[in-house]
Amino acid sequence: MQDLDPKVLAGEIKAIAETEDNKRTRLINVVRKVQSAYGRVSEQMIDMIAQTLEISRIEVEGVVSFYHFLSEKSTGRVPIYLNNSAVSEMMGFEEVKKAFEESAGIAFGQVTADGLISLSETSCIGMSDQEPAALIAGKPFVNLNAAKARKIVAGIKAGKSVQALVDEMGLGDGNNAHPLIRSMVNNNLRKKGPVLFGAMAKGAALRKAVAMTPQEVIEQVKAAKLRGRGGAGFPTGMKWEFCSRSKGSRRYVFCNADEGEPGTFTDRVLLTENPDLVFEGMTLAGYAIGSPKGILYLRQEYQYLQPFLEDVLAQRRKEGLLGKDVAGKAGFDFEIRIQIGAGAYICGEESALINSTEGKRGEPRDRPPFPVQEGYKGQPTLVNNVETLAACARIVEMGPQWFIDQGTNVSSGTKLLSISGDCKRPGVYELPMGITIRMILSIVGADDALAVQVGGPSGSCIGDKDFDRKICFDDMPTGGALMIIGPQRDLLKVVHNFMRFFVEESCGWCVPCRVGNQMLESKLRKIFEGHGTRKDLDDLADWGRIIKSASRCGLGQTSPNPILTTLTNFRSRYEELIKEDEYLTGFDLEAAVADACDATGRTLNLA
Amino acid sequence: MSDKLGFTIDGKECEADKGRSILEAAADNGVYIPHLCFMKKLRPVGSCRVCTIKANGRNAAACTTPLADGMVIENNTDELNDLRRAIIEMLFAEGNHFCPSCERSGSCELQALAYRLNIMAPRFPYMFPLRKLDATHKSIFIDGNRCIQCGRCVRAASELDGKEILGFIGRGGKVRVKASSTRGLAGVDISPNDECVKACPVGSIIVKETAYRVPIGQRQYDATPIGADVESGKA
Repeated sequence: MQDLDPKVLAGEIKAIAETEDNKRTRLINVVRKVQSAYGRVSEQMIDMIAQTLEISRIEVEGVVSFYHFLSEKSTGRVPIYLNNSAVSEMMGFEEVKKAFEESAGIAFGQVTADGLISLSETSCIGMSDQEPAALIAGKPFVNLNAAKARKIVAGIKAGKSVQALVDEMGLGDGNNAHPLIRSMVNNNLRKKGPVLFGAMAKGAALRKAVAMTPQEVIEQVKAAKLRGRGGAGFPTGMKWEFCSRSKGSRRYVFCNADEGEPGTFTDRVLLTENPDLVFEGMTLAGYAIGSPKGILYLRQEYQYLQPFLEDVLAQRRKEGLLGKDVAGKAGFDFEIRIQIGAGAYICGEESALINSTEGKRGEPRDRPPFPVQEGYKGQPTLVNNVETLAACARIVEMGPQWFIDQGTNVSSGTKLLSISGDCKRPGVYELPMGITIRMILSIVGADDALAVQVGGPSGSCIGDKDFDRKICFDDMPTGGALMIIGPQRDLLKVVHNFMRFFVEESCGWCVPCRVGNQMLESKLRKIFEGHGTRKDLDDLADWGRIIKSASRCGLGQTSPNPILTTLTNFRSRYEELIKEDEYLTGFDLEAAVADACDATGRTLNLA
Repeated sequence: MSDKLGFTIDGKECEADKGRSILEAAADNGVYIPHLCFMKKLRPVGSCRVCTIKANGRNAAACTTPLADGMVIENNTDELNDLRRAIIEMLFAEGNHFCPSCERSGSCELQALAYRLNIMAPRFPYMFPLRKLDATHKSIFIDGNRCIQCGRCVRAASELDGKEILGFIGRGGKVRVKASSTRGLAGVDISPNDECVKACPVGSIIVKETAYRVPIGQRQYDATPIGADVESGKA
């Protein structure tokens, strides 16, 4: 890339910062815009951003180096990010990677000499039902194979726009073909349930809500026994109540659409097919807790949905469902803005998400205080996930009892599940709470499943003996991901993929998570390389327990789960790989000293 | 209502002022909870997790968890001490530490905790990372090899010295402390007497030409172990 005239560059960066009102809290937006304009955020640009926003350069550098889609080094004008998740590996990641490398003439981690194409790996991009998938200049490309990869690279080299390539390869189903989305992504929405995909009259829930007092709305959510759909399962009504009672000059409603858990893609489908329901939920949450401001935190992987979502918001403003005196309720003003992330799994953790929205590194905060007490800008903040807020709108519209009737008594409602891996019909299913794994396997066409990873890598890996367990809070709670692993797979390869994911995505703040996950990953590698002993299996279990019990946030508290649950449920797979000796050196002594033996004419006596 | 809260640590009846963290409340009662990233006068951040205790049966970092009335705290138990040992061992394995030749040997909190917790050798494999040394400044250097990313220097610079001159870059295993200048430490306003320099618990931030002024044998933890001051009520 040609060096830019510093004066010109400084002026351009000033102009970019201006579009974000020169606010320090909008640092992520500023650096994202710089990255997108120049393909990098260089040392010089970091200095200029710091000067313009009047903050230290280390804060800017700290942010640039934290997020995956920001970099000091140049990417290509058309950056290709190939997803390396476990399902992608199952469905042909290696073959596609090779085809990209051969046709682009560079290895992953490099940029072509003309600065056109760069190749990088990236963590799950939320397309597990159509893997392998890649983000190319921000647009998702799905169902890739070697031939398609070569065709894409040839098209880019021939000067075709990325959108033209998408159009050539065909647009996806449902709203993916909408003029404001025009994406090849598929929803694969195979089962529409009554709660999230039932017929919805726009504004109906909101009008009902504003006819009640805010406390009455909270009571409805409490009565419906709704628990957060993100995975942790905290009672939603209680969270709303805590937030509404916290002291603050302003409250905020956050909709968490970070959806970084590999194998999860329910938020993507809800936001593509039913965004009004999600915004309706946010707005009535705003009414219930007394907040004028909602923020949808959308992961960068889903930024292709942004123009469409902005349009939905604009429509709602026109219809009086956003803005001043919402739904005709005098004095109830509510606005929603979309905050795009910059690539970090940890930002799905609610306090990390808030830090990121404040323009900081996406590190979780200590608790207490909880976000409902002190969140965004130190004010009471409600963070709910996409599905939770959508469900709230339906609860208010249809009444709590109707919602309860859709599930079990303890776990009310339905659950949106994203199913991927070795099954005939991967995609999104809205199913009643309480359904068994075995039932699900039969619905999706996976009767021969070896294992099911419930809840993504941070969940549990279970085998046949647990298939009669139920998806619900009193048995197997899940954020919604079910990855099916067929009998032909090497299960431990999947486990290793998950551990590499956690090593990559740990924020690095606390020691057990930052270091411990690396230790687990290297121990797994040792076992795969044939140097493992029984002691190594015991170590895996011990170390996993330590990491879980000492880590600061949910990432480290769950990251050892893939190892711990497979050690319990599939122990024989590990035992096949280890040696019975109590201790074994981690390397091959004979090979290591072969050169020396040759040179000295000696032979190694291992007896 | 009283301004004092009652609690127990390992069965010992204690009392402390409202608003104290568990770690401070314990110290007020002569009970030492091992810790590394915590430092008096600085905002606690719970990054090292060495001070992990059980409060009412649940694990928590003592430095960031406020004391609550009637709390039952476990501190000096085999389980928690092994957890702490593991964390300290992780830090030894993660960086490149060379106690025998380090000028902070004897005054290093990491080393002192290793002695106190009876660590012989880490259970984890050494990682031998490549780490940078920032020796650009005329009188101070930062050795990444010995840095444990506790952030005490970052917080001290900001909170005590009023200078945003140090910060974290990277994430995961690549997290590092760095000076806020393209020219390294030489490009920032830092001097040997700054609190951020004194805050380093290990041998990562070093003032040049001061090594071995205090002979080995007379250093901070040579005669009494770390935490002895708290336990004798002299802290």
